[in-house]
Amino acid sequence: MKIEVNGDTHTLAATTVAEALTELGWGNARVATALNGDFLPAAARATTPLTDGDRLEVLAPMQGG
Amino acid sequence: MTGHPRAFYGVTLDSPLMLGTAQYPSPAVLQAAFQASGASVATVSLRREGGQGQAFWQMIRALGVHVLPNTAGCHSAREAITTARMARELFETDWIKLEVIGHADTLQPDPFGLLEAAQVLAAEGFAVFPYTTEDQVLAQRLVDAGCQVLMPWGAPIGSGLGLNNRYGLKTLRAAFPDIPMVIDAGLGLPSHAAQAMEMGFDAVLLNTAVAQAGDPAAMARAFALAAQAGQIAHGADPMDPRDMAAPSTPVLGKAWL
Repeated sequence: MKIEVNGDTHTLAATTVAEALTELGWGNARVATALNGDFLPAAARATTPLTDGDRLEVLAPMQGG
Repeated sequence: MTGHPRAFYGVTLDSPLMLGTAQYPSPAVLQAAFQASGASVATVSLRREGGQGQAFWQMIRALGVHVLPNTAGCHSAREAITTARMARELFETDWIKLEVIGHADTLQPDPFGLLEAAQVLAAEGFAVFPYTTEDQVLAQRLVDAGCQVLMPWGAPIGSGLGLNNRYGLKTLRAAFPDIPMVIDAGLGLPSHAAQAMEMGFDAVLLNTAVAQAGDPAAMARAFALAAQAGQIAHGADPMDPRDMAAPSTPVLGKAWL
């Protein structure tokens, strides 16, 4: 299915958010996720299904003021 | 240090200096600035994963300071709330520097969005540090919402103008004597930090003035010393200014020449 990850369209075999992160190479990365604009806790990623057209945001620690 | 410093959600800081982590020429310079200043808090952010996040986080952890994530760049309560929730999980802290920006040029807080987000986040157990103005009505609403800290701006973010509205800040400080307050944003020189602390504020938060200085580590140390000096001066109960001169050398006993 096609989903939008951090603004870019990806075609993924994954059916859950956890699988998508693994497929994208972020399986073990320290990241926070939001699905379609809502925070998705790490504990819920494995049981949260993806559907075509979903918007996934994957955020990491960054410099800030 | 004199007096009894107000605690930030139960945490008493070793230094009244809070430093941002952005805009430094290199990670090594950032580290040097923290080491030279003894800053007690580092503000951080979260952005789309681009491969640098993990190394940055390791470096921040190694600094051994309190971490204060921000919601910088958020222009709505919804954005800020979602960002705060993500930050809590990512940085493993309830602390959140809540920014809801209302104006692109001044980066002035949106008071309505800020209050809306603060109400939601405080109810969820966040320790909210709201980036606000000197507006007393808004301050009261934020306190009523559950904010136990206020962070009024000195001047627009990154401007380096110092304390733009000393009267407003002075009255805000006086109106909420029990609330810890941080002057956040707009400080350009160590003297600005000293002025803020002399007025009774509890800490200063800055980034650009240090990160963009020619020698960030030296400037960070200068800010730390200035903030500490101002803190001590406030505890020492400064004299009231007066319009007319008053001789400091005794007049009594002066020779009649």
